[in-house]
Amino acid sequence: MEPLERYRPIVDDFEAFLDACERPLGNAVRVNTIKASVDRATTVLEEEGVGYEGVDWNPRVLRLETDSPGSTWSSFHGFTHGQEEVSAVPATVLEPEPGERVWDCCAAPGGKATQLAALMDDRGTVVANDSNLGRISALRFNAERLGATSLAVTNDDARNYSLERFDFDEFDRALVDAPCSCEGTIRKNPDALDGWSEGYLDEVSGIQKGVLGRAVQATREGGTVVYSTCTFAPEENEAVVQHALDREDCRIVDFDLELEHSPGLTEWNDEEYDDHLEQTARIYPHQNDTGGFFVAKLEVTA
Amino acid sequence: MGDDAADGASESDLAQNDGQRFGRLPTTAAERTVEGRASREEVVDYFADRFAIPPEAFDDYTFWEKGAGKIWIYGGDAPSPITIEAIGMTCLRTRQEHWKPTTDFVQRFGREAGECVIELESDEARAFAAGEDRELERWEGDWGYLIAAHRIAGALEPIGVGLYVHGELRSMVPKGRQREL
Repeated sequence: MEPLERYRPIVDDFEAFLDACERPLGNAVRVNTIKASVDRATTVLEEEGVGYEGVDWNPRVLRLETDSPGSTWSSFHGFTHGQEEVSAVPATVLEPEPGERVWDCCAAPGGKATQLAALMDDRGTVVANDSNLGRISALRFNAERLGATSLAVTNDDARNYSLERFDFDEFDRALVDAPCSCEGTIRKNPDALDGWSEGYLDEVSGIQKGVLGRAVQATREGGTVVYSTCTFAPEENEAVVQHALDREDCRIVDFDLELEHSPGLTEWNDEEYDDHLEQTARIYPHQNDTGGFFVAKLEVTA
Repeated sequence: MGDDAADGASESDLAQNDGQRFGRLPTTAAERTVEGRASREEVVDYFADRFAIPPEAFDDYTFWEKGAGKIWIYGGDAPSPITIEAIGMTCLRTRQEHWKPTTDFVQRFGREAGECVIELESDEARAFAAGEDRELERWEGDWGYLIAAHRIAGALEPIGVGLYVHGELRSMVPKGRQREL
């Protein structure tokens, strides 16, 4: 937990934050509306005797009272997909519409890409890319199990991604759920902080800046880009968004989020960020009894 | 099903199938440009003839081949040919005597099927999902690939593909999809 000490000055009720980080997280699933309505999925869970509780902010997210959420008929049929509650946030902030072209830059293992497809009623094109070939098989497996026919899966470095392979040259929306130091997953992976170092923050934030920049470039004017991580480090969050504001044609836009959250930072250590970064969201584990997350919404301006 | 290439160009004019990339299926056999490739019409007819899935169910989708006879169903935009990792989902294995739908395809589209659907009791359904074969003397329909389904939350739901021969239903659920439920 020691690396988290650096966030004492920015987290309200820091002790509650630390306590929450030490508690294991329960099992959450997202209802995959490509294959079943929320009604049908929950009726199947009830028939199987699996207890569940809905969450206030999203009718498609359920907390399950079972230790083996993968061994249910509802999972076998692809009606539900194990997905941490906060990781269902960025796709809802992106708000893709049926028929659009959407890019998920860092898509494996596919929970968010298939969520995007579901939000689009599985109509349109979701380009699900990941640079890691080993993780592509998990992405493909999940896409097929969840019945997502709108996914095109590619294996490339998102930082210099080429659209030449397709017959369109820009996306309507892009999701950058970036590789990160994963501090916010500590409740799921107790060793998440084991390799933590400031040097790693520098290294990974370079990748994050490259991917977000390319996502803004590949999205049409007026289109939307959502940037998210599962970490608390401002170097990987506000600083990355600030970098995109400085170099790419985009601006921060506000969004509604019914989960309790804190505003993004406008300063960290000796750095100052644009005032609009207050419109980004930091979700801390003690606020909603979830993992930790950061989300920013950008509009492409040229 | 696989012997009507003569309807189109002669075999010598046709390109060899490149298994490394996705090629969109021709609308009909007459428009075929790749040797041995099934046409969209043949695929849609197969699902209609075998399982009584209405052809309209596929109006918004295109079909693609990658590898030798592996057919994918896709709802998005893409040029043909295209070299990427996956396009939509695998749906059917062709280039063999008996075409075989995939488990994930019948879960996604099998609710539309009206024929060659075998309803399983709950213990049979669990065994099927675990990959086990079962004696099932009661089936009086066609032999071959069937959609195995069970009644769940008040409606029939496809579980996967089974091969029915000699009074036995063999589960074709792939190893990675099998579960003890």
